[in-house]
Amino acid sequence: MWRTARLVAAKDLRIEWRSRVVTNQVLPFTGLTLVLFAFALDRDDITTRVAPGLFWLATTFSLIVLVQRTFAVESSDGALDTLRVAGVDPAGIYLGKSMALAVQLIVLEALLMLGVIVFYSSQVRPAGIVLVAVTAVTATAGLAFVGTIYGGLAAGAKGRETLLPLLLLPVVAPVLIGATRAFEAAFGTREGEGIRKGVEVVDGWPWVGLLAVFAAVFGAAGVLAFGPLLEEA
Amino acid sequence: MTVTAEQLNEVSAGGGVASHRWQGPTSTAFSRGLGVMTIVGMAWLLAFGLIFSPADRVQGTSVRILYIHVPTAWIAYLAFIVTGVSSAMYLFRRGHSLAWDRVAGASAEVGVLFMGLTLITGSLWGRLTWGVFWEWDARLTTTAFLFVTYIGYLAVRRLGGSHHARARRSAVLGLLAVLEIPLVHFSVKLWRSLHQEASVARLNGDVELDGLMLFSLLVGIVTFTLLYGWLVLHRQRVMYLEDQYDDRDLDVALAERQAEAHG
Repeated sequence: MWRTARLVAAKDLRIEWRSRVVTNQVLPFTGLTLVLFAFALDRDDITTRVAPGLFWLATTFSLIVLVQRTFAVESSDGALDTLRVAGVDPAGIYLGKSMALAVQLIVLEALLMLGVIVFYSSQVRPAGIVLVAVTAVTATAGLAFVGTIYGGLAAGAKGRETLLPLLLLPVVAPVLIGATRAFEAAFGTREGEGIRKGVEVVDGWPWVGLLAVFAAVFGAAGVLAFGPLLEEA
Repeated sequence: MTVTAEQLNEVSAGGGVASHRWQGPTSTAFSRGLGVMTIVGMAWLLAFGLIFSPADRVQGTSVRILYIHVPTAWIAYLAFIVTGVSSAMYLFRRGHSLAWDRVAGASAEVGVLFMGLTLITGSLWGRLTWGVFWEWDARLTTTAFLFVTYIGYLAVRRLGGSHHARARRSAVLGLLAVLEIPLVHFSVKLWRSLHQEASVARLNGDVELDGLMLFSLLVGIVTFTLLYGWLVLHRQRVMYLEDQYDDRDLDVALAERQAEAHG
């Protein structure tokens, strides 16, 4: 299973590296959303304050595009059917595609972080750097796992372009909430409420726990569900 | 070349599909009885909800919305539980009976309808009682997510493919929704707990209910449960007919081709 996963992931990444679709289309799109958010929210101090939320919104939107891309590659030319005919373990395909998706997302997030710092003048507190890194990795794992399940579900079906966001966005809501709150703690952008004065970096860690649970639950679900999903695709 | 009635009969009698075909109307004595009971219950509910039960001391007459709101919410949750259980039954029981799939689909449709009604009646009641249509509390937000999730579920059911492909796809989705909802609920709850409590007047969960009010609510819940049963029963029968109709189209096409080949 793990060997299959590695091979599938390597294949996907090689395709993306050679086709440059992600670098030439998805990354500019993500950058564009950052600029558009700034237009919509207008004031500089607001964009700085809500930067963590915008970061994860931009990531979520890009996730949809990436998932569509990763399954467009498979369903054109019936590549997915070929994998099935070859008797490749569906769980391996699932993990491989998730891994490739996660790598792409991480690259995208790193650049997005740069964009947030430049455009929204966000600052990561020194103590929050570890939190940012761990949050990004955990949230990305969850997003990749969920994205691959629903991408596989919609793959090969007519009208999947419009269906995928409807299926995917409600499910990733916990990631959006958790990762945003954790980033707010690391950025120190949230004012305290009531008796609490300001949010400390430590306050971000429970959210990472939520993200980890999310990733574990959907990772396991995907390993189990991907076989039945592929059978009928 | 067209197919004669005889050929069609032959197909439906000895074709590759199930031999026992549903011929009669979609109602049976049982479902007719259920329907009559539902109508009687609705009349009761109207009488008790609008006339006999007293107005609330705090909320006034707007409390009457709750005789609809609470039962619709209850039905929606019941419907989604039934969808989840039926999805599991389809996937894990040997034989993979399409009947489970149809129950899951019918129940989800009724659930989405009632969840929509819950959101509408709830926001109307909220406007009158809290002063706002919407409140970002965990229960409301989870309800809205349930609504959207099952709209997606229904969209997936219409994707096409063979009946079993539809059933498998939607059963997996139905079970994923069961995973999703607690996570969404938990994260929204955690999120809201960071904020101050809403300043609008909150209705305590265990307010003393007047006897007649409680009875009206009970009438509502029983009546709506009957309505749910009736709707799901009929909807899944209609789905059965639709499935048969699809199969029959295929049979007709096959018969035509064979007739061409032989003639």
